Amino acid sequence: MSVGGFLGQLFAIALALVLAPLLTGWVNQCRAWLQNRSAPPLLQPYYMLHKLFRKDVVLARNASPLFRFAPFAVFGCMLLACAIIPSLSTDLPLAPAADTLALVGVFGLARIFISLAAMDVGTAFGSLGGRREMLVGFLAEPALLMVIFTLALISQSTSVATIVETLAHREIVIYPSLAFAGIAFTFVSLAENARVPVDNPATHLELTMIHEAMILEYSGRHLALIEWAASLKLYAYSCLGLALFFPWGIAERDNFLAMIAAAPLLLIKLGIGGCLLAAIETVNAKMRIFRAPEFLGTAFLLAVLGLLVRLLLEVRA
Amino acid sequence: MSSLLAIDFLLIAACLWLAVGLWGLAAPRNTRFIAKGLFPLGALIGLGVGVTALDFLGQSAETAILVIGLPTLPFHLRLDNLTAVFALLLGFASVGISIYAAGYFRKGEGAAPGLMCLQYHAFLTSMLMVLLADDAYAFMVAWEVMALSSFFLVTTDHRHEAIRSAGYLYLLIAHVGAIAILLAFGVMTSGSGDYTFAGMRAQELPPFWASAAFLLALVGFGAKAGLVPVHVWLPEAHPAAPSPVSAMMSGVMLKTAIYGLLRVSFDLVGTPLWWWGVVAMAVGLVTALFGVLYATVQSDMKRLLAYSSIENIGLLAVGIGLALIFHSFGMETLAALAMTAVLYHCLAHAGFKSLLFLCTGSVLHATRERSLGKLGGLIHRMPWVAWLALVGIIAGAGLPPLSGFVSEWLLLQAFLFSPGLPHSWLNMVVPVAAAVIALVAALAGFAMVKFYGIIFLGQMREPALKDAHDAGPWERGGLSWLTLLTLLLGVMPSTVIGLLDAATRQLLGTGLAARVRESGWWMLAPISEDRASYQPLIFLVTIVASVLLGRWLVRRLYHGRIRRSRAWDCGFFFEGPRAQDTAEGFSQPIRRIFEPVFRMARHFPTARDDQPYYSVKVEDHFWHWLYLPVARLAERISGLIVRVQGGRIAVYLMYSFLTLIVLLLVARP
Repeated sequence: MSVGGFLGQLFAIALALVLAPLLTGWVNQCRAWLQNRSAPPLLQPYYMLHKLFRKDVVLARNASPLFRFAPFAVFGCMLLACAIIPSLSTDLPLAPAADTLALVGVFGLARIFISLAAMDVGTAFGSLGGRREMLVGFLAEPALLMVIFTLALISQSTSVATIVETLAHREIVIYPSLAFAGIAFTFVSLAENARVPVDNPATHLELTMIHEAMILEYSGRHLALIEWAASLKLYAYSCLGLALFFPWGIAERDNFLAMIAAAPLLLIKLGIGGCLLAAIETVNAKMRIFRAPEFLGTAFLLAVLGLLVRLLLEVRA
Repeated sequence: MSSLLAIDFLLIAACLWLAVGLWGLAAPRNTRFIAKGLFPLGALIGLGVGVTALDFLGQSAETAILVIGLPTLPFHLRLDNLTAVFALLLGFASVGISIYAAGYFRKGEGAAPGLMCLQYHAFLTSMLMVLLADDAYAFMVAWEVMALSSFFLVTTDHRHEAIRSAGYLYLLIAHVGAIAILLAFGVMTSGSGDYTFAGMRAQELPPFWASAAFLLALVGFGAKAGLVPVHVWLPEAHPAAPSPVSAMMSGVMLKTAIYGLLRVSFDLVGTPLWWWGVVAMAVGLVTALFGVLYATVQSDMKRLLAYSSIENIGLLAVGIGLALIFHSFGMETLAALAMTAVLYHCLAHAGFKSLLFLCTGSVLHATRERSLGKLGGLIHRMPWVAWLALVGIIAGAGLPPLSGFVSEWLLLQAFLFSPGLPHSWLNMVVPVAAAVIALVAALAGFAMVKFYGIIFLGQMREPALKDAHDAGPWERGGLSWLTLLTLLLGVMPSTVIGLLDAATRQLLGTGLAARVRESGWWMLAPISEDRASYQPLIFLVTIVASVLLGRWLVRRLYHGRIRRSRAWDCGFFFEGPRAQDTAEGFSQPIRRIFEPVFRMARHFPTARDDQPYYSVKVEDHFWHWLYLPVARLAERISGLIVRVQGGRIAVYLMYSFLTLIVLLLVARP
């Protein structure tokens, strides 16, 4: 591992930590504009985090050590995911630590921790949230895996770095399989990040909530970490989607300068992605929880179609 | 000493296990001596077996002939690398389970401890002999001893009607399986009369008979392993048995069936046909999905784990099927990849499932309760068991950085190569099968969260749980050993694959070790680093580091103050334990989405009920579709036979007389 690579990795992690709340703020701002509301400041998520870190933790009486440990573990998982996903460069020391399948595993691990923590205090909302989160999880994971299979078939690899490099260097033709996979990935990301139409990030006290129901008992620094981890997850999914479907502009060396040059393009891509997310959330209504299987089933079907299109048309032709 | 071969050591270990068992019979009521003296001795022998097998891996096969049995048919024994992998599993898993058992068996529970000690160690011996057997005769004898000793262990607490009938069902299906295995061996000798495995290897079977042998073996070993539809004994027998026995059966005995299937299909029967793999894979997929769906809706913690074992056996069958398909098309490297996934999953499952079964044993002892609906909040009273079980469920859910993930990862990697199959439709159908694997893995996470969350987290659902006590030192020791195995299997995949390499090399002629070794012990890259790589140690280090560093930083930059208060719960005032999800409530989404899979009897309360209640009972479709019709048919046939059997001696004499006359007429010279 070279010194440059090490610095580059640190830079990528630091950028993720800094940009993630900003991305959340940007999505909120876009949504407010689209919905004709006055927008909160762009930096609102940072103020929130700072406020939460300063506050005392109010812990339910029968919360176990697992409850206190979970936010840190979830945060660690998300940070690892952000470090592995090639946001700026494909040639970083942590890149071979996990391929796309293992990334799905990291997200799964975080999900298990947060669901268990939700069940820990033993309130009605907590276990409801934990159960629903696992429901969304087992519906989304097969679809995500089929998306990954399609991409892996195109690039003959499951390593994120290799997929990005292969896709960035192909001639500009439209792969129908990629289009199917892209739509399926969008569906899955919406569900995984607790976004409309599966969940609503702006809701509290609704019987339909998922993510918010799980973290009701958290406060202070624990809540701050969970909120930060949630924005890191959104950042990670956005970067993964950008890297897989719009891979142009990502540096392929661990050169520090090349990475800094790649940063503005990433910012632009994330900005556009955030706008689109806000638009999706504005034009859709949240659906009933038992419509989620249909939504994610559609995603799964699209991903399988993508796989079959790849196998039938593109390989044989 | 140097003249003693590894196989001799294993035989000595088998004898020692038997001797320990018999020693227990000498003092059948002395619980203290048997628990604290003999079971740890058994664990020590298990360690010896494990270490011998570990040391043997990679060497050429050793044979021995035991002059017991029939005059012209002595026991042929053979230790090769496939045997060694499973002996390793048996040895190391039995260390943890035996240590745990030393703390588990108490006075006044079930059969006399001396008898149990004999049955338990006879069970261990017979499993080792199954692995070592090199002729059909020795194999079947050991196989039957294994079935019988485990039957007696299952029915330890034979005073309960339910346990007796569970044991009966187990014995019945074990014997149906044994018949199929016997027939498979018979087919493989193809009339040569040579029952040694070497003789079977030498036979060139025509495709029809080879297929018959494979299918018989699949049924026979499937009955022992728990493949659908011969799985019904598993969820009955596992909850009935004492927990160390459940752990041993689920963690180790099911793997002997996998061993048998591997031995027959890759070693004895010759070149496989591709459709065998498709059959194995289809059965495996159905089994895995069926097992995990039923696991999520169980309300009894041991039944939940039993169904989860069915799921894992299904995954193993899928892996075997994939390996068979690749092997039949001559794609040996990919077959080795799938085979490594199978062997790895055997080891991983032995570790984490034994661990979880033992955890249920501790919970059962502490609370006398098996029903999830009456547990809860035990992490406060049983922190040791709870934290070790957490490792078990993460591995069981197939998540990094623990053992279950490695095998699933390898299996999915193998699936990714299936589009390269030189076959017109297989290369399209097989990749989609991977989606089922993904669904199964995700549902396994659901089942594991339910298992852990309802037992250990939340509020205590019964007041009596306040008196629950943590596991004793022996039990902790056994649990910690299995946790350690799970961790090591998770973090050092390359090292383990290097060990498994000898077995895949023996069966397929090629292995993964050379490529895996290139990239270093911390990295798993079975094909090449560009293709796919996974570094579990980085996972573990990053997560642990970010927990510690994050905690330190937050305390340093801000503060570490904590106030305890009532739970917030959105301001709702009702906060008793009944506000939490019940076991049934937690699995409601599954029952709703996969409704046709279950046979449900539900009662919903209505507004007019005086005493409203809700109940749901989930039953197995196969029971009603397959087993009850067969049982009815058997009863009807026996009803017909009863008519002939009048019960009067005069009638029987008349039958004999008539038979004699008919024979005289027929056999007239």
